[in-house]
Amino acid sequence: MFDVCIIGGGPAGLKAAIAAGSQGLSVVLMDDADHLGGQLVKQTHMFFGSEQQRAGARGVNIAKELVEQVTSLVNVEVVLCTTALGLYDDLVLTYETEGSYRKLSAKKFIVATGASERMLTFPGNDLPGVYGAGAVQTLMNVYGVKPGNRVLMVGAGNIGLIVSYQLLQAGVEVIAIVEGGPSIGGYLVHASKVRRAGVPILTSHTIKEAVGVNCVEGAIVCELDSQWQPKSGTEQRIDADVICLAVGLSPLTDILWQAECEMVFVPELGGNVAYRDSNMCTSKPHIYVAGDVAGVEEASSAMVEGELAGLCAAKSLGVSGAHLTLQITSARSQLEELRSGPVGDKIRAGLLQAHR
Amino acid sequence: MLRISEHPILTFKHGQQVAFRYDGQELVGYEGETIAAALHAAGVKVLRKSTVLHRPRGFFCAIGTCSSCLMKVNGEPNVRVCVEKLKAGMVIETQQGKGDLREDV
Repeated sequence: MFDVCIIGGGPAGLKAAIAAGSQGLSVVLMDDADHLGGQLVKQTHMFFGSEQQRAGARGVNIAKELVEQVTSLVNVEVVLCTTALGLYDDLVLTYETEGSYRKLSAKKFIVATGASERMLTFPGNDLPGVYGAGAVQTLMNVYGVKPGNRVLMVGAGNIGLIVSYQLLQAGVEVIAIVEGGPSIGGYLVHASKVRRAGVPILTSHTIKEAVGVNCVEGAIVCELDSQWQPKSGTEQRIDADVICLAVGLSPLTDILWQAECEMVFVPELGGNVAYRDSNMCTSKPHIYVAGDVAGVEEASSAMVEGELAGLCAAKSLGVSGAHLTLQITSARSQLEELRSGPVGDKIRAGLLQAHR
Repeated sequence: MLRISEHPILTFKHGQQVAFRYDGQELVGYEGETIAAALHAAGVKVLRKSTVLHRPRGFFCAIGTCSSCLMKVNGEPNVRVCVEKLKAGMVIETQQGKGDLREDV
């Protein structure tokens, strides 16, 4: 039996594995992909935050360092190409690997499964050429393939802005960014970069329809009034072969539902999330959460949450000492700092509803 | 050409160039990239037809979550080609219908 099993090897899972592994516990870290790092591997931009959360470093490089730390811990076993299937009260996890169905036991589980991209409803949204922003990043930043030649970006939050800039870096034309809200949602530093490159950001605009027979050939965009209703007569056609949706993420909570953790719908956190205490423990004493699955935020807070969950899981297994207490206190105050100020208003409001 | 040749931050380490078959057509891609990436670079965007309305479908999430990209690979149906890696000589086909369970499983 393992002490701790971590499901998901992204920023939260990696930090959880390092935290629990550094306490000398036997840890298994599982991911369905063939590499660790999760979505960090396609983040080519520099991170914000303070030095403790690696501000100024690019996600792809942070991933490399965390993976090195994990693999240097002999008591942490990494299993890749492995999909968690079911998590049960008798401390058993079932999973699939290499086409076979298997089981393992662990005293504590940390679910760090991340999030998935949201869809937007409009006619033609199923046409090839309508891609999630993360998919576009994967295609161009991991595999070096452009998604197309002319992109309409939907959403001016940080992901929409950053991916637009990355498209420009890859030599792809970004025709415009449309944003349903009356103002740009992402950081102005990102917005300024794409605007300086000549990409218009149309606020109070949305996509009405994707046009095309077998693939996207264009889009009809229109203006929205203050009630988010389309203004008639404002429709215009934009020629594009890619419509990139950057309209947010939803926590990937399937295994938490299956395990019957108590869940709550919190729009500020991206959808349904598990109730958790200040140790990141859910209503099931053997299940912890960390990262986007606990509420969609930035990779920087996902890493700290992962660390906190790993440390608290270790503590619950009897690890003690002044150093551990200090580390836990430090992780909590780092999270508080990351979520401070007006930028963190939404997250703080969301967390209040998920906290128990 | 959809391959990125120059990039200000990234350098792409491609695997060996390999040939594979797509619906009877001979195409080339790089070993180790996903089948979807290889097909996309070759200009193939329609990966399947939806089972009820037969509408064209491409990939959407590219991380194996959304099931938009299911294809038949070396005879096995419902393979998520956005996460399945390309190997030399693979036979990739557009899937007809929902696919059948293998009898030996």
